[in-house]
Amino acid sequence: MRTTTVVVGAGHAGLAVSHYLTASSIDHVLIERGEVANSWRTERWESLRLLTPNWQARVPGFAYDGDDPDGFMDMTEVVTFIERYARLVAPSLQPHTTVESVRRNGTGYQVVTDRGVWHATTVVLATGGCNIPKVPPFAADLPGFVTSFTPMQYTKPSALPDGGVLVVGASASGVQIAEEVHGSGRPVTLAVGEHVRMPRTYRGKDILWWMDQTGLHDERYDEIDDIGRARRVPAPQLVGKPERTTLDLNALTDQGVRLVGRLVGIADGKALFSGSLRNKCTLADLKLGRLLDTIDEWVGSNGLDGQVGPVQRFAPTRVEESPPLVLDLAKGGIGTVIWATGFEPDHSWLHVPVLDRKGRLCHDGGVVSGSPGLYRIGLNFLRRRKSSFIHGTGDDACDLVGHLAARVGARPPDRPG
Amino acid sequence: MTTTSEKPAENGVNVEALLNARDALGETPEAGKFMWRATNEWLHGTHSRSSVTGYFGLGEEHPHKSTFGFESDHPLVFAAEDNAATPVEIVLVGLASCLTAGVAAVAQNRDIQLRSVKATVEGDMDIQGILGADPDVRNGFSGIRVKYDIDADATPDEIEALVAQSQKRSAVFDILTNPTNVTVVVG
Ligand SMILES: Cc1cc2nc3c(=O)[nH]c(=O)nc-3n(C[C@H](O)[C@H](O)[C@H](O)COP(=O)(O)OP(=O)(O)OC[C@H]3O[C@@H](n4cnc5c(N)ncnc54)[C@H](O)[C@@H]3O)c2cc1C
Repeated sequence: MRTTTVVVGAGHAGLAVSHYLTASSIDHVLIERGEVANSWRTERWESLRLLTPNWQARVPGFAYDGDDPDGFMDMTEVVTFIERYARLVAPSLQPHTTVESVRRNGTGYQVVTDRGVWHATTVVLATGGCNIPKVPPFAADLPGFVTSFTPMQYTKPSALPDGGVLVVGASASGVQIAEEVHGSGRPVTLAVGEHVRMPRTYRGKDILWWMDQTGLHDERYDEIDDIGRARRVPAPQLVGKPERTTLDLNALTDQGVRLVGRLVGIADGKALFSGSLRNKCTLADLKLGRLLDTIDEWVGSNGLDGQVGPVQRFAPTRVEESPPLVLDLAKGGIGTVIWATGFEPDHSWLHVPVLDRKGRLCHDGGVVSGSPGLYRIGLNFLRRRKSSFIHGTGDDACDLVGHLAARVGARPPDRPG
Repeated sequence: MTTTSEKPAENGVNVEALLNARDALGETPEAGKFMWRATNEWLHGTHSRSSVTGYFGLGEEHPHKSTFGFESDHPLVFAAEDNAATPVEIVLVGLASCLTAGVAAVAQNRDIQLRSVKATVEGDMDIQGILGADPDVRNGFSGIRVKYDIDADATPDEIEALVAQSQKRSAVFDILTNPTNVTVVVG
């Protein structure tokens, strides 16, 4: 089978790419191992809601049109949203087809699936940025009585054994799961490494509204000091709840969650935590302060001071005097560990020499380096700070399809106004 | 970011060389593998002398400009002669030196002019541990506090951020806050 472009993955990113390919009249096929929105259907826990508000759910040619713009979609709603988008984009979709290998073939690519082989001039990988939960190697040292879950295996608190739970990682997934599990009567200890603290609302507006307005979300990958570092920044401590509550470490402490340092090892049935908790919290508090300063300056320079809420500053993160460094899992009643230690993309089926020594894809804003005609979308800070968010895909897709169009001699898509 | 200074900060740290080294390591990570060494010899009682002559890194041996010597002893209250600082004080010295070097480097990178940087380090220890008097008390420090007094062309938040970033990048801070496998053999 032959086509100009194979797009792998029918999440919102693959659909956005398809939208622009169609706009440029580029013949293409969209290959998906499951159904549209597979990740949201199969890889998320039950209570999860988006941490981005409904008004921010916008993809090229389609946006949230319900009556609760400040609300947050649950998984059924996200799947419906993406399904509606898919009906609009109407791609040539090959569902239930898994890509097993992509290799170079002359000037183009050979895409091997479990249902046939495709030959294409260009390939866009829209396979998601969060395919594999990252779990540290010392997880293997956990004693046998402890059950481990990744966020992809975790469904709901009642599916966990009774008793204490150690949640490792305090980014978006970790703080959300910690709150839910603790609320179910299973006391949670939360191991905290580097994290991004954010209030849900600031000066009366959603914090993500400010990130949009001030241009922070639009900052480009080629304008930023250390893009490698920026791409590793974890997801912010935000949760999407109707009450628009803040879920920072102080909120969790108030609910009775115990904070400990970063988990650095397991030895003889004991979890060992770093003594760096205070500094990790200070770093996050200072970074939050800088974000709020940026917002305040923007408000001032746009003459909006009277029109939004007053300036706020948040209490520093409370850290107990001497947080425990060692936790005996048996004595501490810990029967479950949840590894909310981040995700990484899976490129194991990419048989093109474009991965660095750590298995990371080498690319320049999604244009894969050293392999013309190969593109990637949907990675952290791919082209912009907002790249990994639903509303960040549109601009990236437009840029990349523009690049791809030039390569195949098609007209680049128009940038939406 | 500072906006005050017209002339660039000069703290005597060659940040450019460090950043270049970081970029170079991206391509040749093997060069990043260093081995630091020290030798130690017993003198008398609890008094000993250590020396540091060279190290391995960037793929080869490097001698220090000269051999550096360090003495250590135990204090009078341990019925020793107090000929030199105790080993645990040397650990505190290592922490402070590492953090201060980091403050200077980060300040240089952020174009912040330092005028003075002073640190006071305190380490708490219950010696029931080392004496074997109470098995529940650990030998090492139960806590370490470092207090920085910094005079620089920067806001208090910027100064706090310098110190926080220095901890984040500090080898000795990591050594003290995280476990390390230590193997001691008899030759
Ligand atoms: C827990 C969690 C919560 C998130 N919450 C938000 C949020 O609130 N707001 C927000 O904006 N973003 C959020 N994100 C980030 C981001 O929007 C999602 O990760 C989103 O799913 C990414 O969309 P995508 O289209 O790039 O990838 P995906 O939605 O992951 O789509 C990739 C598709 O590729 C398919 N695929 C993968 N490999 C193959 C293969 N070899 N062959 C065929 N098909 C393949 C998959 O089945 C999948 O359908 C969240 C992410 C996670 C993990």
